[in-house]
Amino acid sequence: MNFINTNLPYLLAGISVGGQYALIAIGYTMVYGILRLINFAHGDVFMAAGLIMIYAVTVMPLYVAIPLTLAATVLIGFLIERAAYKPLRTAPRMSVMISAIGVSYLLQNLALYVTGGLSKMYPTIPWISDTVTIGTATTKMVTLITPVLTLILVIALVAFIQKTKIGMAMRAVSKDFETSQLMGIKINSVISATFIIGSFLAAVGSLLYFTNYAAVIPTSGAMPGLKAFVAAVFGGIGSIPGAVIGAFIIGICENIIKGVGLTTFSDAFTFVLLIIILVFKPTGLFGEKANEKV
Amino acid sequence: MTKKISTSTIISAALVVFLFALVFVLEKVMNPYSMLFVVLKKGAIYALVAVSMNLLNGFTGLFSLGQAGFMLIGAYTYAIFTIPADQRLSVYQYFDGGIIDFSIPVIPALILAGLAAAFFAFLIGLPVLRLKSDYLAIATLGFAEIIRAFFQWDALGPVTNGSNLLKKFPTFDSTIFPFAVAGICIALIVMLINSSYGRAFKAIRDDEIAAEAMGINLFKHKEMAFVISSFFAGVGGALLAMYQTTVQAMAFKSAMTYEILLIVVIGGIGSVTGSVIASFLFIACSEWWLRFLDTETFIGAWQVPLLRSGFRKVVFAVIIMAVVLFYRQGIMGNREFSVDRLLKKRQKFIEKQAAKKASKEGR
Amino acid sequence: MAKNVLKLDHITMQFGGVVAVNDLSMEVNEHEIVALIGPNGAGKTTAFNCVTGVYEPTNGMISFYGEPMVCNHPQGKMKKLYKGQYYDEFNKVISPTPDQITKLGIARTFQNIRLFKSLTVFENVLIAKHMRAKQNVFSATLRLNAKEEQRMREEAMALLEEQNLAHLKDEIAGSLPYGLQRRLEIARALATDPKLLLLDEPAAGMNPQETKELTDFIVQVRDKYGIAILMIEHHMDLVMAIAERIYVLDFGKLIASGTASEVQDNPDVINAYLGVDEDE
Repeated sequence: MNFINTNLPYLLAGISVGGQYALIAIGYTMVYGILRLINFAHGDVFMAAGLIMIYAVTVMPLYVAIPLTLAATVLIGFLIERAAYKPLRTAPRMSVMISAIGVSYLLQNLALYVTGGLSKMYPTIPWISDTVTIGTATTKMVTLITPVLTLILVIALVAFIQKTKIGMAMRAVSKDFETSQLMGIKINSVISATFIIGSFLAAVGSLLYFTNYAAVIPTSGAMPGLKAFVAAVFGGIGSIPGAVIGAFIIGICENIIKGVGLTTFSDAFTFVLLIIILVFKPTGLFGEKANEKV
Repeated sequence: MTKKISTSTIISAALVVFLFALVFVLEKVMNPYSMLFVVLKKGAIYALVAVSMNLLNGFTGLFSLGQAGFMLIGAYTYAIFTIPADQRLSVYQYFDGGIIDFSIPVIPALILAGLAAAFFAFLIGLPVLRLKSDYLAIATLGFAEIIRAFFQWDALGPVTNGSNLLKKFPTFDSTIFPFAVAGICIALIVMLINSSYGRAFKAIRDDEIAAEAMGINLFKHKEMAFVISSFFAGVGGALLAMYQTTVQAMAFKSAMTYEILLIVVIGGIGSVTGSVIASFLFIACSEWWLRFLDTETFIGAWQVPLLRSGFRKVVFAVIIMAVVLFYRQGIMGNREFSVDRLLKKRQKFIEKQAAKKASKEGR
Repeated sequence: MAKNVLKLDHITMQFGGVVAVNDLSMEVNEHEIVALIGPNGAGKTTAFNCVTGVYEPTNGMISFYGEPMVCNHPQGKMKKLYKGQYYDEFNKVISPTPDQITKLGIARTFQNIRLFKSLTVFENVLIAKHMRAKQNVFSATLRLNAKEEQRMREEAMALLEEQNLAHLKDEIAGSLPYGLQRRLEIARALATDPKLLLLDEPAAGMNPQETKELTDFIVQVRDKYGIAILMIEHHMDLVMAIAERIYVLDFGKLIASGTASEVQDNPDVINAYLGVDEDE
């Protein structure tokens, strides 16, 4: 009981961060599932969502700023795909990954230019920034909202993929890109939809994440992005439930490590975990094995 | 191969000698603080690192993003072992002078820097190189992050000075030094690429399954390319430390790897000379030619819009994206700039002229 | 009696619930041309992949010159199915990688040509010499053993000349016409100094004239290099003309074996395979 009492704050923080990672990880896992592309720019889209929110609240009320942030982030995600990935559809995969790295570099430098290199304070969103006390732990409301909201969004997403026509198209494309194209699936709209969903979830994630962390800098997206990607690999890349479970595991472990006093290694831990999983189960917890035909 | 030395070899050697002589003379006659020397020094260092990355990405087909991590290991190894014993107390002021109380000469330290990076590459390669290439990218990127955290760890302070600067180690003044070291290293890499092992690397890049059917042990050769590439990245890191005169783990972020990757892309994936040319161009643009983009400029009373701190990097990123999207071959594609090729081209040109002449006369 | 080069004993390859090769036993003797035929999806290429180490067979043993080369006997759930055949006689699991098998002396070509497309014809052949070169990465980089490199180049060049490809030596492999790519792939396989050559549908996509040329070519290769050849082929004229023995696979199972005429008369084969109009 004592253990739980002392570690409750870390556990709560872990679940909360895990939920935020999960929202980012879905974007990675869906894009990888369809394009076999590690979208290195996804973490930076997440950062951009944070910055848009900061600039939006300075000129408009919160209830306009939040939907605007979501819409603008979705637009950015959509445009990135159209401008940077679509022209390379037939290029080798390494070229597309390099393009993704280029976009990431561009977004970070743009952010650096716009902010002038200063860290920007994230606005306080009423209610979700309120302080609550659970047992021994004092935390923000957002800590409690995150896992609930994450689960709701994930369930909605899974239902969308299982029940709707475009969801079915997504499943088909992730199974076999060429064949589904031959079957008359409009591949470009499926890919756009994937990026729109991914960016939307990343924007929601950024609202929750930055409420906890308060400041945004141009490289704010890099670390959460990498961790979310590791979560996606951990869960088995291409699998949405896998990404969510992986994200929660990483979020919780990372915060418990902080609780033990090894803060320097909380980031490193994620990558140790990555290497361990790649060695022992390269396809992740829920991944499917793919054999190359000889 | 026959012992006959061809014209192109002689011309190439003469060019290299001329280049060194030119740098030497320029240093004598020009202001030593000219931007030109900054570009030449840093450009040479980046050229080495870019070529080492090209060995992996361009010639072996392994998409690795760990270059900054291996440079960090090299830089730290060099610094740790070369700080003069009598200076250690002031550098390691929070750690009682550290636990190492000797120092070694510069050249052995450079080699040691490479070996240290190679050793870490060997360890990380054992699990990771058995995987598909995407995972290699993310695992090496992750590794670079771990290394960065590790070197800043307080408990290692007596060796790494924690998150504080390392300084007062031997550096270089002359541009000749980085040119010579980078030149030798790049020459070694080129010789490797043109050897039987280099051919095996290219075979793996083109088709792993066929390479294996040709009796090439995939894992062994990938590990070899990875370790060798990291060795030279480590030496490059040590040179960078010498150039900057101080080292701090914080500077070796993934953005550094990205920049090197983009240099490789601009130069042409699979072209050594391309990487070298692109390095000098990249450094010249970012340190010198495009500097004006970062300063607020007035023409009369009218302020030129957009120009302020950070704009240079935005322009840069846009240029790079343009290259990646519309000019995918880069400067050199996968060809090499060589005297041999120029001579052949000239030969062809002469023949064409002669043919034209002949056909005219024939009429 | 000719010496036994390759011997498959009860090879089974199972992917999940699909049994691609089912209890296949066959052999190839020295200096022999043997064909493995069967309808599409019968498991021929899978059998090849078991021999060349691309797959690890679920059960069974493959020997090369009488020495066990690949051997597996399943554990756990699989054991019930296959009862660990061969466990008593040879209870070690051997599962070499493809490069080790090539080193032993088995070379192969691929159903979909797999050349090193961005390298020249000469380099494609030269790469095959890499595995037997007496050098390490330092001596090779520093050119300490120029004789070795020289020898490799001469051998590769000699092979290109024998195969009438010498005039194409500086062409990029990927830019060659299809027929020449096939020839180059065979030349490249021969450059590994094999004792057994596996050809996976060498005549695929060739017209009758080209097929005829290939038929002679395969016999020539066998005679010149004194090696054994095992091939998968659909062109019946080619198979019937040169194969000394034929194995017929259907749904992963061996349904017939013997000389061309024996196989042709076998009712099972006619049912499963020749019954449908096969002469493409």
